[in-house]
Amino acid sequence: MKIHICLTGIKTIILDCNNISQYSVFLINSALMNRRDIMSAVNPDQYSYPSVFIYGHRATGKSHVVLSIMKDLELPHASVDCVECVSSGLLFHQVLSAFFGPDAAALLPRCPSLSDFVRLYKQMSSNSPATQTRYIILDRAERMRDMDFSLLPALLRLQELVNDNVTVILLSEIVWEKFRPNTGCFEPLLFHFPDYSKGKSLVQILSWDHHPSYTPELYASYINILLGVFFSVCRDLRELRHLAVLNFSKFCEPLEKGEAKESDIHKLWKNIEPHLQRAMQTVYLREVSSVQWEQQQMDEKEATTLRVLSAHAHIELPYYSKFLLIAAYLASFNPARTDRRFFLKSHGKIRKTNFLKKHEKTSNHLLGPKPFPLDRLMAIFYSVVDSRVAPTASVFSQISSLVTLQLLSQVGHDDQLDSPKYKCSVSLDFILAISRCVCVCVRLLDLLALSLVIQSQVVRQERSLFTAVSNLHLL
Amino acid sequence: MSKRRSLTEAQCVSLAQKLLRERLCHQKLPDRPLALDSQYKHLLELLRRTAVHGESNSVLIVGPRGSGKTMLLGCVLRELMSLKEAQKNVLLVELNGLLQTDDKIALKEITRQLHLENVVGDKVFGSFAENLAFLLEALKKGDKSSSRPVVFVLDEFDLFAHHKNQTLLYNLLDVSQSAQTPVAVLGLTCRLDVLELLEKRVKSRFSHRQIHLFSSLSFAQYVDAVRAQLSLPPDFPDPKFSDAWNHSVTKLCEEKSVEEILRRHFNSSKDFRSLHSLLFLSVSRVSVSHSTLHEADLLEASRLISADSKAIILHGLSILELCLIIAMKHLNDTYDGEPFNFQMVHNEFKKFIQRKSHSIHKFEKPVVMKAFEHLLQLELVRPVDSGVCKVQREYQLMRLMLEHGQVMEALQRYPQCPTDVKQWALSAFA
Repeated sequence: MKIHICLTGIKTIILDCNNISQYSVFLINSALMNRRDIMSAVNPDQYSYPSVFIYGHRATGKSHVVLSIMKDLELPHASVDCVECVSSGLLFHQVLSAFFGPDAAALLPRCPSLSDFVRLYKQMSSNSPATQTRYIILDRAERMRDMDFSLLPALLRLQELVNDNVTVILLSEIVWEKFRPNTGCFEPLLFHFPDYSKGKSLVQILSWDHHPSYTPELYASYINILLGVFFSVCRDLRELRHLAVLNFSKFCEPLEKGEAKESDIHKLWKNIEPHLQRAMQTVYLREVSSVQWEQQQMDEKEATTLRVLSAHAHIELPYYSKFLLIAAYLASFNPARTDRRFFLKSHGKIRKTNFLKKHEKTSNHLLGPKPFPLDRLMAIFYSVVDSRVAPTASVFSQISSLVTLQLLSQVGHDDQLDSPKYKCSVSLDFILAISRCVCVCVRLLDLLALSLVIQSQVVRQERSLFTAVSNLHLL
Repeated sequence: MSKRRSLTEAQCVSLAQKLLRERLCHQKLPDRPLALDSQYKHLLELLRRTAVHGESNSVLIVGPRGSGKTMLLGCVLRELMSLKEAQKNVLLVELNGLLQTDDKIALKEITRQLHLENVVGDKVFGSFAENLAFLLEALKKGDKSSSRPVVFVLDEFDLFAHHKNQTLLYNLLDVSQSAQTPVAVLGLTCRLDVLELLEKRVKSRFSHRQIHLFSSLSFAQYVDAVRAQLSLPPDFPDPKFSDAWNHSVTKLCEEKSVEEILRRHFNSSKDFRSLHSLLFLSVSRVSVSHSTLHEADLLEASRLISADSKAIILHGLSILELCLIIAMKHLNDTYDGEPFNFQMVHNEFKKFIQRKSHSIHKFEKPVVMKAFEHLLQLELVRPVDSGVCKVQREYQLMRLMLEHGQVMEALQRYPQCPTDVKQWALSAFA
């Protein structure tokens, strides 16, 4: 069986299978030379290179092509997904049982070491020597870096360790430079699976799952519209297929209702485009599940807003907790020296000082929240809340419940009972939403506006900031 | 005159492939290692003295990866075993630092390979201490005249030095220094500083004999080696085919373009392993329809080997992800490589969208975050303190794992890159 015949042999074999393998035919037929390189490099009837590393983006067909080649040519192979192998013993077990049967795998001791595996393999292969090359396919091989340090280098040179005709194929998304151990290893052959081009390949592949009751041209135009919205954000074939399937019924709605014909692409586009934009903010981010999305499409009479996962807006907080949270946000993002200016009723003369430190290149909003002590929080709280609040235990316990809800986070050790420190872990949008709910007085809005002003300033604009501060009349 | 069956062309090609593949990837031992004569003689002499005269020895073979240490050892052992006295007497124990990661496992392996009495079938009985005591007793009982010499081969010797207390190394070298069973300890390692790893007591028992394998080939010898590796041996069944093949190989090696490719490889690394992978990729393209090696094969193979994988990965990113990478590059330029977090990158990206961009849609922050997380997954961006951090995800400090030049090169090759994005990347100020 020569290499050339082997290649044409693959084409004929795969063409007999069903639609799913159309994908494999496409990949092998495509003018990308490296798939032929892989085939010739791993010729099954001769010696092949001890290890091969195949890398490429997600859903570019790496596992699919390799596994279909193995299945169609009926080569002895062991396919292992490294995510499943929590310990290396599971990997050894799977490899031995795939090559030599489950009895061989049962001979492995408990918690087998690499030495046991190699010894057992040598024994088994001397009993049943290989007529063809054996292949070990390790999917998601980047997980192997976290297993035993000697596993990856040993597997790369497995051929010489067990003295048998075996090839290890590693499939991964991450480039080889990140795998190389410190003292080096046996370098495998590197092959790359290129990503799809928008025009030729991606549209073609996505058009394969067209609905039988509509024409392929309609589906192709739908795919083009979908790619127009999503292609600049995401190129993952799986995501795009998922989105295409979810939104197709909405696309066909005008056709079913009789409002438009198949050739009215513009009308269909106008109907679907806002829907796709909304999908980008919800389903694409997995804020809602696909079931919720489909249900929402069905009862679309009232354009209800979706109950989204991470919009904290529907969290109901008690009255004082809201003020505590706002106070925490101000404490985290305003530097401590500005407190006197903002929160005291009579702050005396406003001194023209270097307001922002010279070396502070970026504003606080870019660097993240700073920790603040409890006393500072309570001080700001008392000046922010409009009524007189007594420092009872119920107020303090609300702080602990905010920590449990992970709206605040505690910094430092749990045992520090004297002066615990906290940090605010919510964003400005959430705080604004809360403060709108609360019946807020002008003063609070000013403080938040000032916080926004601080956010948008960068170093140079000290003067205008100073004037902004002095213009705000803080009673 | 012996009758020779004339083989068909297909069978010739297949047989040629088999021979060449055996040589290039199956590590078949050559008759004589190339350009390693003095080291070969030295090692052979040492082992002969142990095997025949019963002298204990220890030696380290040091050389970079792929320089031929295992091959050298294999050739020497093959010649040693061909000596009549050695064949009957010498016991060989082969250990590998990658497999025997612990002294316990190593000891069990030694006991198994020496077929001592506490081994039944495959299982070794007894605890670590008992095994060690048993082994040492077995080794100590002998003396120069009456016991069989043992040769211990320790592959990846530097990994043995990481075991606890270096017990195994200490005991083996101790035996080699005292007048007991003649023992030869051979270590193979790629680390030049391997002696620094040894403890003082182990180092003092070592004989400090090192054989270095630094390739001293000149370019002309390198090209000769290429020709030798690709030529078919004279005992090939079809002499016409092998003559034609060898002739084409000789002509190939004289071509200008091929010489350039070889020179490029020679300048980056002289070792044989990288040469073998280059030759393997070109040989694997030979088939019935394409039955001689052409320079296009070598060119293609060379291109495959020297491709920049990170630039290739950048080719498949979406526009949004590419913009984020350009934003990170600008941050690196402005702040001299200090780590950044997602908020800063998002800020830069927003500035670009507001001021300069016409073609990029304004994306919501969560969508940008998802693109950023994809880059994290591809390990193009890495957190500074890799570990569980009590900082929010948006504020965790990161570094870009790409270089300025790689980003610019990827931009050139990016399909249908919008011009405003390119302009933004090329501008000095964000």
